[in-house]
Amino acid sequence: MAKVTQLIHNYLRHSKRFPHVFCPGCGHGIVLGSLIRSVHSLGLAKDDVVLVAGIGCSGRIPVYVDFNSVHTTHGRALTFATGIKMANPRLTVIVIMGDGDALSIGGNHLIHAARRNIGLAALVLNNHIYGMTGGQSSCTTPLGSYSTTTPFGQLEEEFDISRVAKVCGSSFVARTTVMQARHMDKMISTAITHPGFGMVEIISPCHTQFGRKNRFKTSVDMYRWLQKKSVSLDKFQELPPEKRKDAVVTGIFEQKDCIGLEEKHARMRRELRGET
Amino acid sequence: MSGKKGETRVKIFRDWCKGCGICVAFCPSQVMKLDNQGKARVVQDDECINCGFCEIHCPDFAIMVHPREELTPFEAYIEEVRPATREDLQKTRNNSTG
Repeated sequence: MAKVTQLIHNYLRHSKRFPHVFCPGCGHGIVLGSLIRSVHSLGLAKDDVVLVAGIGCSGRIPVYVDFNSVHTTHGRALTFATGIKMANPRLTVIVIMGDGDALSIGGNHLIHAARRNIGLAALVLNNHIYGMTGGQSSCTTPLGSYSTTTPFGQLEEEFDISRVAKVCGSSFVARTTVMQARHMDKMISTAITHPGFGMVEIISPCHTQFGRKNRFKTSVDMYRWLQKKSVSLDKFQELPPEKRKDAVVTGIFEQKDCIGLEEKHARMRRELRGET
Repeated sequence: MSGKKGETRVKIFRDWCKGCGICVAFCPSQVMKLDNQGKARVVQDDECINCGFCEIHCPDFAIMVHPREELTPFEAYIEEVRPATREDLQKTRNNSTG
């Protein structure tokens, strides 16, 4: 296990003022480390990887890592990534979005990227809140939990990101939490190598904005809660129905063979040009 | 992944540590402790069982689990390190813009 940190340091942009801007105990740093480990384990060159991010806390991740990086407008990370992938299918495009970025502002784009099944790896970092703007409730805030704009409890039902992506036709859907870093490595590398649209939902707790309002004293309490609540998909099916309610299910929800949109496009092009 | 006790040691970069306490709370053998500055410090070096949890769950990349016999990269190059001069800092600052 040793020497992982040395490996990560080889990929960081050390001129970008470390330690990074994330709050103490934020899970986004763990995701950044996991992403670097996955890319390293796949043996991809730095120049062949493009990181596209939207706005939000998660939008800071590509700044720190030495890949080609695009920091795009709010919610439009997937559209920029679609353009990059279609223009140069040789590149490995990884999209990093927050929950507000992916489902509130860019919900439309997520649906259509999943429908197209274009060969992107989309990581949705779900922290249940709009963290950067001051802790307003987002579409993934769980029912009954507190935030700046819902001081007496959230009345709306939350979005299940993995289910949305699965229903919209994404060919690889998985959910993982930051407490299971090795599982997260595996999921991210599978999503990157998957030919179609690979979506990984990562539960990354926000203690500063979400935890403090929901009776978590420290970020460690929040991680303990996450560890307790997360169950794998196999175990979840054996659980009695009363325990299923607030469990965080992790694992692969959908994995099917498919051809990516960029591959279909290349085949059509070859066909029309008569190159067999 | 788990090895024998005492084969590895834990190195913490205190400049990068933000004191979130994840390593302290989840370490199976209580190697680290938060000190009065609120940052993690190694207190029981011999107890490390090389599970690697702290290294991959540190959000700030501030922990390194290292084989005991080998020198860490910082110790290996300590002979070449000298105090930074004003010109060095100027050069670093000019290079790091952008």
